[in-house]
Amino acid sequence: MSLPQILFLVVGVITLGAAVAVVTSRNVLHSAFLLALTFFGVAVLYVLLDTPYLAAAQVLVYIGAISVLIIFAIMLSRKVAAPDLVQRNSQWLLSLIVAVLLFGVLAYLTLQTAWPAAKQALGVDAIGGLGEAFVGTYALPFEVVSVVLLVALVGAIIIARER
Amino acid sequence: MQVLDDLWIRIAVWFRGLLESFLPPWAVQLTMDVLGILLLIVLGIVVVLAFTYMERKVIARVGDRIGPNRAGPFGIFQAIADAIKMLTKEDVTPTNADRWLFLAAPIVVIIPAVLLYAVLPLGRGMVGVDLNIAVVFVVAMGGIPILTMLMAGWASNNKYALLGAFRTVAQLISYEVPMVVALLTVVLLAGTMSTVGIVEAQASFPFALVTPVAFVVYMLAGLAELNRTPFDLLEADSEIVAGYFIEYSGMKFAMFFLAEYINLFMVAGMITTLFLAGWQWPILPSWLWFLIKVVLVIFLMMWIRATFPRFRIDQMLGFAWKALVPLSLINLFLVALVAKVLEPGWVRTGVLFVSNLALLAGAIAIMAQVARKREERARAAGEAAIKRYYGSEVR
Amino acid sequence: MQDNYGFLGLYLLIAIAFPFVALGVAYLLRPKRPAPVKSSTYECGLETIGETWVQFKAQYYLYALVFVVFDVETVFLYPWAVAYNRLGLFALVEALIFVGILVAGLAYAWRKGALRWM
Repeated sequence: MSLPQILFLVVGVITLGAAVAVVTSRNVLHSAFLLALTFFGVAVLYVLLDTPYLAAAQVLVYIGAISVLIIFAIMLSRKVAAPDLVQRNSQWLLSLIVAVLLFGVLAYLTLQTAWPAAKQALGVDAIGGLGEAFVGTYALPFEVVSVVLLVALVGAIIIARER
Repeated sequence: MQVLDDLWIRIAVWFRGLLESFLPPWAVQLTMDVLGILLLIVLGIVVVLAFTYMERKVIARVGDRIGPNRAGPFGIFQAIADAIKMLTKEDVTPTNADRWLFLAAPIVVIIPAVLLYAVLPLGRGMVGVDLNIAVVFVVAMGGIPILTMLMAGWASNNKYALLGAFRTVAQLISYEVPMVVALLTVVLLAGTMSTVGIVEAQASFPFALVTPVAFVVYMLAGLAELNRTPFDLLEADSEIVAGYFIEYSGMKFAMFFLAEYINLFMVAGMITTLFLAGWQWPILPSWLWFLIKVVLVIFLMMWIRATFPRFRIDQMLGFAWKALVPLSLINLFLVALVAKVLEPGWVRTGVLFVSNLALLAGAIAIMAQVARKREERARAAGEAAIKRYYGSEVR
Repeated sequence: MQDNYGFLGLYLLIAIAFPFVALGVAYLLRPKRPAPVKSSTYECGLETIGETWVQFKAQYYLYALVFVVFDVETVFLYPWAVAYNRLGLFALVEALIFVGILVAGLAYAWRKGALRWM
């Protein structure tokens, strides 16, 4: 095995271990922090895949923002932050089945798709190219992202203010 | 001067030559990397200890006191004495604390802080690693402490700590937005996210002159990110004692303390790199210029700390969202427009400088207007209340 | 994988080792004399009343929400800023629309009082 493969395995095991711990932890706040660790593992995987900008964005958005949002949401919910809460309800079996099915579908699709792999490493200016693509080829999706964010913001404010 | 300028690089090259005489190539590279990293971390911590001494001296002098003066001549060994004290202090974990998170928080807080040293260009050709995403790397790593603050605040199971953590996090996330937009302005002007590239883009004009608004916004947001006066709400001693790390003692506390001062150094270093042309400028060696600028920026921050009172939390959050965010966004597009219309050179810099100053003046005028209106309204309400109480106009 | 990130990975390992070494040394040096009063929750000399882990107000959540939206926005704008010198005037207009839509969201939050501290 080459060094990148070993690294991939180590990071993958840590990431998956953290993910399993997220689901099985008895304390929902521990779950939230372990989720942040999972996010970090995914960021390292991005670096191993030679997409550092995506990795930085992952850390910036998922660890720096989404995790904080999740923790705030937990602390805003009454009594959920209490450490001795039962984390399981009657639907756990159903959700397990759905999760396994989803995994199966994703795994099948991943194996079936003929991924167009770049033979050489991306150029030094991959980020500039990304920027060009945002306002060139993908101009419409780029603007749609903004609209989606707007909708998310407005919707969340309405829901949060109703409570 | 040339000799002095690449003094450290020469030493590194000489040392590499020495290693090559008896080690295989891969081992040479590994040894050089590990030594470089250790040097960065150790030097970083020594510099940070020096800054704690400097801070105490500066604040003391402003307050017409003497400051530390017992340990060694002029108290210069004070920082070392403090370090030894931290190392030998008893460590207390509160009974009610969440043990694992309580232990994890100080460990996690120091790692991103130490990592940040890697991308700071300390001199010509002196940078740990020249990432092409360095700016986003700094912002991303700067976001992790937010999580550790929640971790520490929650794990302590102390009301002061949790309250402090919440306040700080609200502040940090609010000020991260204008900070990042100010960074965008710099990235747009330099056309790169590499810290080395940004320094090189300032060969003719430092960006503090090209876009003073971004400089001011970044400076203010930097102060807020560091929880320094006038944004030191988490350490509002009279209200919530010390903030999220109140239950920490000994070396665990030292980790938070160290991370805070490393971040101080980093913010000053980033201001130097992004706006003050980094290690550029003639005559003196590059690394000395960098150090001088960083010390000046840190001195300015200490001066601000010694001078200004603290914001209230509503003022602090309102200032971020209602003043700094719109201002930095307007500035981003102002700079983008001018950069598109005019060619780089004296004219463009002049136009940007003047328009930025005008923007800044306009923003301050609007804020002053709003403040005046508010004050008038408050006074009118007060007078109305007096009138209601006494039934007539009593002065 | 580029060499840069190999260096950074090495750096990460050493950075992770650093707090463990520091805390480990302190563990060996420091005195250990636990006492129940010492490890009680810090308060003004009194027992803490009630739960610490209580419900917090929704205001914090709203700030975090606006922050997430703007954070995601900047992730899209960084590549744009890097490539800006090579792009035409149209790129400026596109980014202006992109940010303009979000500023509308900020204005909405502002008007609805989501940014007001209560």
